Amino acid sequence: MSKARSSVARTGLVHLALGAYTLLALFPIFLVLVNSFKTRAGIFSTPLQLPSAKTFSLIGYETVLKQGDFLVYFQNSLIVTVASIFFVLLFGAMAAFALSEYRFRGNTMMALYLALGIMIPIRLGTVAILQGMVATGLVNTLMALILVYTAQGLPLAVFILSEFMRQVSDDLKNAGRVDGLSEYTIFFRLVLPLVRPAMATVAVFTMIPIWNDLWFPLILAPGEATKTVTLGAQMFIGQYVTNWNAVLSTLSLAIMPVLVLYLIFSRQLIRGITAGAVK
Amino acid sequence: MTTLDTAERDVVAKRPIRWHIAIFLLPAVLVYTAVMIIPLFDTLRLSLFRIVDGQSVFVGLDNFRTVFGDPLWAASFWNALRNNLVFFLIHMVVQNPIGIALAALLSLPVLRFRSFYRTAIFLPTILSFVIVGFVWKLILSPIWGIAPFLLDIVGMKAFFAPWLGRPGSALITVSLVSVWQNIGIPMMLIYAALLSIPDEVLEAAECDGVTGWSQFFKIKLPLILPTIGIVSILTFVGNFNAFDLIYTMQGAIAGPNYSTDILGTLLYRTFFGFQLQLGDPNMGAAIATAMFFIILAGVCLYLFVIQRRIRRYQF
Repeated sequence: MSKARSSVARTGLVHLALGAYTLLALFPIFLVLVNSFKTRAGIFSTPLQLPSAKTFSLIGYETVLKQGDFLVYFQNSLIVTVASIFFVLLFGAMAAFALSEYRFRGNTMMALYLALGIMIPIRLGTVAILQGMVATGLVNTLMALILVYTAQGLPLAVFILSEFMRQVSDDLKNAGRVDGLSEYTIFFRLVLPLVRPAMATVAVFTMIPIWNDLWFPLILAPGEATKTVTLGAQMFIGQYVTNWNAVLSTLSLAIMPVLVLYLIFSRQLIRGITAGAVK
Repeated sequence: MTTLDTAERDVVAKRPIRWHIAIFLLPAVLVYTAVMIIPLFDTLRLSLFRIVDGQSVFVGLDNFRTVFGDPLWAASFWNALRNNLVFFLIHMVVQNPIGIALAALLSLPVLRFRSFYRTAIFLPTILSFVIVGFVWKLILSPIWGIAPFLLDIVGMKAFFAPWLGRPGSALITVSLVSVWQNIGIPMMLIYAALLSIPDEVLEAAECDGVTGWSQFFKIKLPLILPTIGIVSILTFVGNFNAFDLIYTMQGAIAGPNYSTDILGTLLYRTFFGFQLQLGDPNMGAAIATAMFFIILAGVCLYLFVIQRRIRRYQF
């Protein structure tokens, strides 16, 4: 057998495997989105087809938009996620710089102390966190969630960023010092731009668990005004279990903003994850 | 020459306190300590107390004796722990190998539609557990009939059962849904690790006639072992504090008949209360403490045994 033909066969197999998995990954989402635009009869009689003139209906969306406060939920999620990522990146990068750049007494201890949180999930402290939030009056505020998520994201951020910051050339920083730049300027002007790919990685790995979290919103901020999308969808669907139109529309409403954002930013996002690796 | 020497000695002698180090560290350490470390230890402390007549009383290890030994508690604790182990093992044998395989395929040198595949396969990972849980609940629902219909296409309709409703299969089903969602994380981490292998190493391997499968197993796999180690421990920690997906798919009582109950759902019911069961912060703290030590044991095993045996390569 010629080498060329075997390589064609191999490429085919690779595409078959990746294609099959892609189908598996996309199909459930596709199914929900498509069926959310159908009548109840259409959902059950032709679940795998695109909505036709006969089965098209927006009844589910009407039900959901009349009842739920999805805009508020979405806004809450956005505020919590963006604020948490901002603090995680800023505080995390600062700490990572201190740990990777300077030798001082207790450096290793401090690194270990901060790394503890990578392995020990913050959820295990929930009992005391709730008591603390009750004591400080932060229950049912977005601030409670932002604080918890910042603390949750910091350990991994410090860990990843300090690995990357070690790779920033010493010559560059020393050149900056010779030119009389302060340590703060060196950090913000020289080092931060160079670790941007790592920051993107950290942002992604910080964002996903925060946006998706059900545990802390359920316990710390279950009030109507502070519900996140995740919690809002969970409770709303719980009420409408038997109303298939409403359930499918709620799911679609929860999926669509994320999907749109993801499709717009996926290139940067994935490039961010892998950019540090591509030389 | 002499002046310079003196100046240098002066600098060393009168080295000022480097305040900038403290300032760089301060915000992170402050938030982390106040919101994470202190509550964590406070939870450990709470597990040693019990409310008696409205008063918090120190009871030593009594709460743990109850959790591990009391007939009312022990059965559900050991059940949750066993289920959690199964949950983790399914992730290890399904999620991580498939993640590695997908990453290996994606990192092949000439591949069309690479970014499409990458984007599509990572998509479930960015969705929330609530969405994923409900979507799969609908698909697997015998009422809607999507799953039996699809199985019919491949001639396996007889295989279908209401998997989520049966104690024997519910846990496996939920675990696989979790795998479906989380596979993007090992895939991306390992994909990045594979891309970071220098071309020279691979070219050298090709010159020596090491290509294809054997190149993957003999060259690439050893080089990405540290990443696989990290992925494994992340999976372990993630699985042993999982909660959201089970809560969404099977409810807080993790049915049917507690067959999908894991430590996270048990902690929630104990600490927060559910239906007829009243919330008990101290017992909740005891369960959280048990989870703490389980995770700590896993992490120590990784740090002191596994990670030390993995050789890291520097390029």
